[in-house]
Amino acid sequence: MSHKPFNFRKNVREALDNKQLRGNLRFAMETMIRNRKNLFNDPERLEHLRETSSAIRSKSLALLPRLLEKLEQNCHQNGIKVHWAETVDQGNRIVLDILNSRNVKRVVKGKSMVSEEMHLNRFLEKNGIKPLESDLGEYIIQLAGEKPSHIIVPAIHKNKKEIAELFHKHIPDTPYTEKVEELNAIARKVLRKHFYEAEAGISGVNMAVAETGTLCLVENEGNGRMCTTLPQIHIALMGIEKVVEKLEEVPPLLELLTGSATGQRMTTYFNFITSPRKPGEKDGPSEVHLVLLDNGRSTIMADKQLYETLKCIRCGTCLNHCPVYTRIGGHAYGYVYPGPIGTILTPQMEGVDKTQSLPDASSLCNACAEVCPVKIPIPDLIRRIRNDSKSSSGKTKGSGSGRSLMESAVWKGWALMNSKPELNRLGMKAGSLFGQYLPKTGPLGKWCNIRSMPVPAKKTLHMMADEEGVDRD
Amino acid sequence: MSYNQNKPDTVYFFGTCLVEGLYPEVGMAAIKLLSKAGVRVVFPRGQTCCGQPAYNSGFPEEAKKVARHQISLFPEDHPIVVPSGSCAGMMKVHYPILFAEEPDQSEIAAFSERIFELSEFLVRIMEFRLADLGDPVSVTWHSSCHAAREMKVIEDSKSLLRQLHNVSLVDLENEQQCCGFGGTFSVKQPDISAAMVRDKLEAIEKTGASEVISGDCGCLLNISGAAEYLKSSVKCRHLAEFIWERTHES
Ligand code: SF4
Repeated sequence: MSHKPFNFRKNVREALDNKQLRGNLRFAMETMIRNRKNLFNDPERLEHLRETSSAIRSKSLALLPRLLEKLEQNCHQNGIKVHWAETVDQGNRIVLDILNSRNVKRVVKGKSMVSEEMHLNRFLEKNGIKPLESDLGEYIIQLAGEKPSHIIVPAIHKNKKEIAELFHKHIPDTPYTEKVEELNAIARKVLRKHFYEAEAGISGVNMAVAETGTLCLVENEGNGRMCTTLPQIHIALMGIEKVVEKLEEVPPLLELLTGSATGQRMTTYFNFITSPRKPGEKDGPSEVHLVLLDNGRSTIMADKQLYETLKCIRCGTCLNHCPVYTRIGGHAYGYVYPGPIGTILTPQMEGVDKTQSLPDASSLCNACAEVCPVKIPIPDLIRRIRNDSKSSSGKTKGSGSGRSLMESAVWKGWALMNSKPELNRLGMKAGSLFGQYLPKTGPLGKWCNIRSMPVPAKKTLHMMADEEGVDRD
Repeated sequence: MSYNQNKPDTVYFFGTCLVEGLYPEVGMAAIKLLSKAGVRVVFPRGQTCCGQPAYNSGFPEEAKKVARHQISLFPEDHPIVVPSGSCAGMMKVHYPILFAEEPDQSEIAAFSERIFELSEFLVRIMEFRLADLGDPVSVTWHSSCHAAREMKVIEDSKSLLRQLHNVSLVDLENEQQCCGFGGTFSVKQPDISAAMVRDKLEAIEKTGASEVISGDCGCLLNISGAAEYLKSSVKCRHLAEFIWERTHES
């Protein structure tokens, strides 16, 4: 996969300097946090729901190969054609082949993070097909030529004014307006036309039910339903981890997904897609395809700690609650998945060598783990990825690439200092005598960017305790 | 919790490295509070750091070495009281994870069971009562991440403050949001960390309180360092020191 050279430090600086972005983000995130909190106002019930959902996701992963087989069988029986893609390239090819063999030129798309992972739009455009994004947020960033900055609200970094300017500039005969209803109406008008004309619709899948061969799609705008029912061909894209065994496992996951994502008890639309149009039915596509993408997921699955990454239901609430994400926004993360989930998923998909210091972009404050609806221990997984980045015997792609002799030596020295009390005493003493004369370079320099130098105490606690006669054994 | 029924007569005190080198008066205040609450406090020699810096930085072997050294210094079955939610969280929640693959993991888990954060121990185990001798003052409270989300002891800390009848506690906006310290995070991602501590300072200033109280020296070091650098008037104090000063007869 090709990316612009990734420079996290630079991205962070630019994002932090962008006052508008920080204002937009702060306002939006605080609203989403509040809505979620208002909805989940019974902590005990929430905890119970999280336990249940976490168990469902764990079980689904434990049974993954079997469930996928079952899903394929049942989809097949229902008339949905299933395609397997091990890599992003294969996934893109599959989609293109379906479109080309049916001579499709006009495509509408619903929101799909897997399609972002595949860079599907870019690929199709190169091959002469320009899909139109029909989710309002996705439509906005498509106009702006940008990538989503949030997995639920892709255009969250844009405010009304910026959207008004985009519409005015890119949609012919559109007067400048900042009125939300008017902006909505403008987008609706443009999109309607495309829905009627499109020959194929592409969508994501929030979860698939193995026992019934059902694809579930959650959305608020109705565009997902349009994409999956109006055009003659529907292509659904899904990561292989999104399967559950039984229909009865959908409601708890759904409740947590919508509640965590937007604070809604239920989204406006919830689509169950179980087959193409049947004889006698008035609408629906004549063909439904399901593309199942692996793209490194099998490797993640094989690790007995990191597999938990795949429990994710992409609710985005870890982003909303993350003190890092809310300050730098999604684009700074450089890849498709931002925020805490991106911090664990991206290095595993792309390799820790490619993602540089991304795993360091967490103060391990645990805010994400506290809200994650399926209880992914995100901070523990971040630590694990940090370990792998420093160790050539790690299992994450690119393991050992973050290792430097200097840093290893520093930590060895630190361990020695802190396991040999005599050395520690000496160190502390030196600190209290000479601490204030230390040069402000290296880590200390970075500390002093915004803070004054720590001043070591004249006496350590050990010294004070001795003076005051505290019991020592 | 097994200690709840009968109050122990002796506890160990684990001072933490930040208290040892930078905030010894916090450690002394904590020891005195514990004594006042009615337990004998043993502060074993040779203790250093819980090992969290290496644990969070990708060096688990180094973290284990340091952790093992601490564990060896607390041989008796006394509770171990720690004046920091973060270090207590490391020793209680993370040692069992760190040593999960080791042959002696069950002994380590038993050690972790004995860990208490200071205010948790004072409130839940010792049922400590305070009489405020200080002047009227209004303060605000910053929850450290691990005191809140790992040790879950914020209510204990605040309940101590609430016992002080001359102290009014002003709510802090985003009280439980990270201040940007995060140990090595503050120097590995200095720009993000700086943005976080700036916001924290702003929120504290907005309360109009004369001091911000917290239970973790890491946060205090971070917030007070930034306050000094940015010439803010915000003052920071550790809960133990604040309480001790207001409740002992001088
Ligand atoms: S990691 Fe958890 S909180 Fe984050 S998007 Fe996935 S399910 Fe939601």
